[in-house]
Amino acid sequence: MSTANTAASRPPTPTPIHEHALGQIDFIRTTMERAGSFTAVPGLGGMAMGATAIGAAFLAHNRSAAQGWITTWVAEMVLALAIGLAFMIRKARRDRLPLSSGASRKFMASFPPALLAGAALTWPLYHAGLLDVLASVWLLLYGVAVIAGGVFSARIVPAMGVAFMLLGLGPLVAPQVPRDVYLCAGFGLLHIGFGWRIYRRYGG
Amino acid sequence: MAEALRKKPSGANGLDLVRRDLPELERLIHEKTRLGIVSALAASSPLTFGELKDILGVSDGNLSVHSRKLEVAGYLACVKSFEGRIPRTEFSLTPEGKKALAKYLDHMEALVRAMRGRA
Repeated sequence: MSTANTAASRPPTPTPIHEHALGQIDFIRTTMERAGSFTAVPGLGGMAMGATAIGAAFLAHNRSAAQGWITTWVAEMVLALAIGLAFMIRKARRDRLPLSSGASRKFMASFPPALLAGAALTWPLYHAGLLDVLASVWLLLYGVAVIAGGVFSARIVPAMGVAFMLLGLGPLVAPQVPRDVYLCAGFGLLHIGFGWRIYRRYGG
Repeated sequence: MAEALRKKPSGANGLDLVRRDLPELERLIHEKTRLGIVSALAASSPLTFGELKDILGVSDGNLSVHSRKLEVAGYLACVKSFEGRIPRTEFSLTPEGKKALAKYLDHMEALVRAMRGRA
């Protein structure tokens, strides 16, 4: 009983000052990481990706053979990925945000799976001659990837993903419109429009 | 000042220097919610009231009180507008706010260094 009373009356052990300082520094870092997720997606990079996609759409539309069409779009997708990655690294360096931060890691983990699914479906759909369906799959799965990554980013990013998904329904419900129009509208115009908005609102 | 702490002069203990400077510590942003507001805005500026509330996980009232204190001190700029009929409050960090956070971080890092130097 007396032992318990002694323990209760004992003042709490003070936190050493350097531990408190470390705690404050850690709090600043985690808060900045959480807030930093808003700048994970590069607006200028999106606009550059959109510009190359418009060029690719014109090139692909003028290709009569399916092989030429798919080669153009696959090359464009590889180029767009490189542009997006380069601009993301540039923006992270400019804002001194490590790409290994919590927000970046979540973004990197959630963005690629849907893209890989799209890449896996490309070959069989191309071989089956289902090019309209392929265009739809690309837009839909890119939209899914953007929504998944956008959960850890600014609200405008998942909104862009939804726009891609809605556009991805186009080749399925209105196949009379050339598929390159949908791809141009999605990978070209949506990227430029949303990229501009991200650039103006969040910078970079 | 933080530079002075880093360059520990001969004969002076780094911790003594930190202690001497403690009264000057940026007390306004030492409080957790205010430190959170300043840190979040340092990483991403501007942020709306709702975005800051989500990041910090605080109540409306709490965020209002603390953001107001920072605004009065000149560390925060606040722009109020309407999106349709919905009011929108947007905060951004002023140059003074950025300096205050950098100074505070320097203090904290100096404290840690000084204590580690003693150990």
